[in-house]
Amino acid sequence: MTGPMKTAAQPELLSERSNGVLTLTLNRPEVLNSLTVAMLAGLLDSLKKAEKDPTVRCVVLTAAGRAFCAGADLGDLRARQAQGAFSLGDELRLRFNPLIAQIRKIEKPVIGAVNGLAAGAGASLILSTDIKICAEKAVFINAFSKVGLVPDSGMTYFMPRFMGLSLALEHAWTAKPISAASALHYGWVNRVVAAEELAAAAAEIAEELAKSASLALGLTKRAMNRSLDNNFESQLEYEAQLQEILGKTNDHQEGLGAFLEKRAPKFTGE
Amino acid sequence: MSRPPAGCAKEIRTEAEGPVGLITLNRPSVLNALNHPLMEGLVGALEDFERAPSIGCIIITGNAKAFAAGADIKEMDHATTAEISRDPHLSRWDRVGKCAKPVIAAVSGFALGGGCELALACDMIVASETAVFGQPEINIGVMPGAGGTQRLTRILGKTRAMEMVLTGKRMTAREALAAGLVNRVVPVESYLEQAKKLAHEIAAQPPMAVRMAKEAVLKALDVDLDAGLALERRLFYSLFDTGDQKEGMRAFIEKREPKFTGK
Repeated sequence: MTGPMKTAAQPELLSERSNGVLTLTLNRPEVLNSLTVAMLAGLLDSLKKAEKDPTVRCVVLTAAGRAFCAGADLGDLRARQAQGAFSLGDELRLRFNPLIAQIRKIEKPVIGAVNGLAAGAGASLILSTDIKICAEKAVFINAFSKVGLVPDSGMTYFMPRFMGLSLALEHAWTAKPISAASALHYGWVNRVVAAEELAAAAAEIAEELAKSASLALGLTKRAMNRSLDNNFESQLEYEAQLQEILGKTNDHQEGLGAFLEKRAPKFTGE
Repeated sequence: MSRPPAGCAKEIRTEAEGPVGLITLNRPSVLNALNHPLMEGLVGALEDFERAPSIGCIIITGNAKAFAAGADIKEMDHATTAEISRDPHLSRWDRVGKCAKPVIAAVSGFALGGGCELALACDMIVASETAVFGQPEINIGVMPGAGGTQRLTRILGKTRAMEMVLTGKRMTAREALAAGLVNRVVPVESYLEQAKKLAHEIAAQPPMAVRMAKEAVLKALDVDLDAGLALERRLFYSLFDTGDQKEGMRAFIEKREPKFTGK
């Protein structure tokens, strides 16, 4: 572990549970929540536990203070580079990639609530979430080119898929900041709200999803993930296989019954 | 020969679902490590299903987490060359690849080392999306010993087999599909169901034709083309003494569904 350790009362990563929603808050506001090794490990660990915990039905990822996340802690990185035997490739393989992969893999909705600046790996972190709600003052910066690197942590996977190749390359090459309004226009984020409404807006959608048929939401995420790499025929067959599985669930029967009886369904996740 | 009757070994569970024989490896606490009693039970069950006239296709499976994570290392870590080569254990493996009826491996989770070799000894593999295949023996100072180097090379070709065997690196289900190692990759919730579907489809085919066709396909890996073609022709001719050939061809001409009897 490197970087200053927080006291127990003020950890680098806050974790809070309510109504089936797990909220994870990056909490190093004094350094714009730049990511330390401990934070990355903490996020991954929390998401792995959430995956297995049936009482967690939705995850919100947000941050404390004026920024969401300035990316990797470059000071910490520099210090470790100076110690020698340092591989940026392994840094990604061991610390960043597993976290990004876990966000895509966990079969529960992950909502990114972007309270401010999201730069570098911080922007990647948001792009990897399922639904993004963004404060008006939020701004995305893809400044890897300014330090002579390629965008990483999934950025080159997500960017062309969200905004098309031309805009993706322009933003990656010029590091031009993307405002909340542009992010909405590009389809990077689902909606933009006033900063003071961000938490409520994220909680609202999170709680709604937490009440939904969780297996169906999970397999929908699996199918959409797969769709990004799949051809049409295979995707049709994949949908058929997932439907066969869900067709046998109680939630499907409950949903059908509720629809026919014109009442609100009560899903149990079974 | 001293083996318990199939279904008695607690290391495996067997069950017949109509014409499909299901063999489940049942040591979940050790990720189905393939120890002697398990392999003995597996081979016994396989032979019983092979003899049973009602069974047309066999499935070997584990559980969602592991098909089989390998041989039981604790049974061999102290053995010398002389001891391990006297052990009849590995020769049991040959029986799996020689079963006269089609065998499908329904694989989810780990299929490593002996587990991978067991899957490869089967005729077809239905994999869940979580399946991982690998031959990690090199990491513990040995090499595959139950068919891995031979069967992987026949399926993947020399270069890819070499990398897997020499690095011990694992292959994901989707990589395995692209490499032709598995027949299909399906969601983890339904891999066994999909394997059963395939097994029932095969079990509904005329059994003599299935048996001869399996023999011919397996021989293709071992003999030169002329010998293979000659064998194929002999097997093809031999089917013209079966009732199912008469029924199948007549049904085709009469544009109706055939009713096979296995005769």
